[in-house]
Amino acid sequence: MEIVEHYFYTKEHEWVSIEDGETAVMGITDYAQESLGDITFVELPEAGLEIEQFGQVASVESVKAASDIFSPMSGEIIEINAGLESHPELINKSCYEKGWLIKLKISDAEEKSSLMTADEYRSFLESL
Amino acid sequence: MASTLDLKRTPLYQNHISLNAKMAGFGGWDMPIHYEGILAEHQQTRQSATVFDTCHMGEFVIKGDAVQTGLDRLVSMRIIDMPVNSCRYGFLLNDRGAALDDVIVFRVEKEEWFIVVNGATIDKDAEHFRNNLKQRSSFEDISTKAGKIDVQGPKSREALMELGFSVGAIEYYHFNHFEWKGHSLLISRTGYTGELGYEIYCPWELTAQIWELLLKSACRQAGISRVKPAGLGARDILRLEVGYPLYGHELSENITPLEAGLKRFVDFEKDFIGKEALIKQQAQGVAKSLIGLISENRRAPRQDQNIYTDDGRMIGAVTSGTFSPMLQKGIALAFVEKTFAVGGQKIYFGDDKSKNFAMISPKTFFRGGSLKF
Repeated sequence: MEIVEHYFYTKEHEWVSIEDGETAVMGITDYAQESLGDITFVELPEAGLEIEQFGQVASVESVKAASDIFSPMSGEIIEINAGLESHPELINKSCYEKGWLIKLKISDAEEKSSLMTADEYRSFLESL
Repeated sequence: MASTLDLKRTPLYQNHISLNAKMAGFGGWDMPIHYEGILAEHQQTRQSATVFDTCHMGEFVIKGDAVQTGLDRLVSMRIIDMPVNSCRYGFLLNDRGAALDDVIVFRVEKEEWFIVVNGATIDKDAEHFRNNLKQRSSFEDISTKAGKIDVQGPKSREALMELGFSVGAIEYYHFNHFEWKGHSLLISRTGYTGELGYEIYCPWELTAQIWELLLKSACRQAGISRVKPAGLGARDILRLEVGYPLYGHELSENITPLEAGLKRFVDFEKDFIGKEALIKQQAQGVAKSLIGLISENRRAPRQDQNIYTDDGRMIGAVTSGTFSPMLQKGIALAFVEKTFAVGGQKIYFGDDKSKNFAMISPKTFFRGGSLKF
């Protein structure tokens, strides 16, 4: 199971990469994409929307199940990965890079303290 | 929820484990959902050939005359005119005209019948036969003795021929017997995918050997990609794309073949259990009707989701839904109030927060398969 070292993680298997203290990119983890199987549909919010930490922000459907996606941090949505509309399989192929979901202008970088580090997430996965 | 310890295992269980299959409970059986991936296995079936473990399905044998044994009265379709080596699809009905199961009847000899039933309904069906046959001694449930492997896809014929099974002359919904290592196999040209395909019935203990043979030896010829295994995940998408019903979803003890749009498998010229109720239902008209839905996008309507007219009236619910790789859209089968079962009608599914629109369509979503090749 691939985990990126400097990213932060949620118990719902989302990841967030805090770019420069002001913006962050989020997506779902390798564990999440593997559990969902072939992803066939992604519903993303519109740019400009304000979102609370752990609030529902997107939904992802696979050939097996539909799953709600929650934002790891609060902030304003500044960009969505529009390519996923016609190529949702990018999440299966590259969940930490080409399969990113949302770019946020974060309101409080300190919210990361309620997220897991890569090591913590690794232990969390082992406990499942 | 049954624990996996309670689940029955097919003779291919170890084969699935060694292929790293994702296993899950299905109708009381521990079955492979996928190996490589559901979409890859779907594509392999539409383009080349796959094998499915369908040993969970049940098989009965009835010896004797169709009318004298009482078999004829137990099935909805005409069987007395069936040629030997042909098979026919139809239903076991209760006295309310609803489906106890959907079955395929094979005429093995003039007075020998082989009946294939669903895995989850074996015991119920066997009891129904024992209770209603006039000659109970003529009935045998051989489900635990008969293994079954489906070979499906446009290359399935070549794959079997290369292994020495000369299935080339078998027409659609016909079958033949083949000798293999001193045992007799029954191979029918039937399936659940909308593609050219065969179903192999073999002794339970030979199933794993035949499975390995199909996977290892078949299709070595240039230009033919190897036969690969496919699981129930791909099988469900394949059958939904061609609008085939799944028992427990589009058919049940509360759903009649008339409501499910399957009247062509009911013969009103003969006598059968449930006929009176169906005649009455036909005269009154059905209240609900099974329809197809094509989503406006890739989002799939999901089982049990309600569906609504444009102006918010709830008119029915989804029985099966999936993403269709052939259409690149969500598709579903759903029951709606009869008056709303109109092709082209726009409906939506989902909640107020996220309405997703779809169009009522014919139930055969994909027509380009190799079924009749």
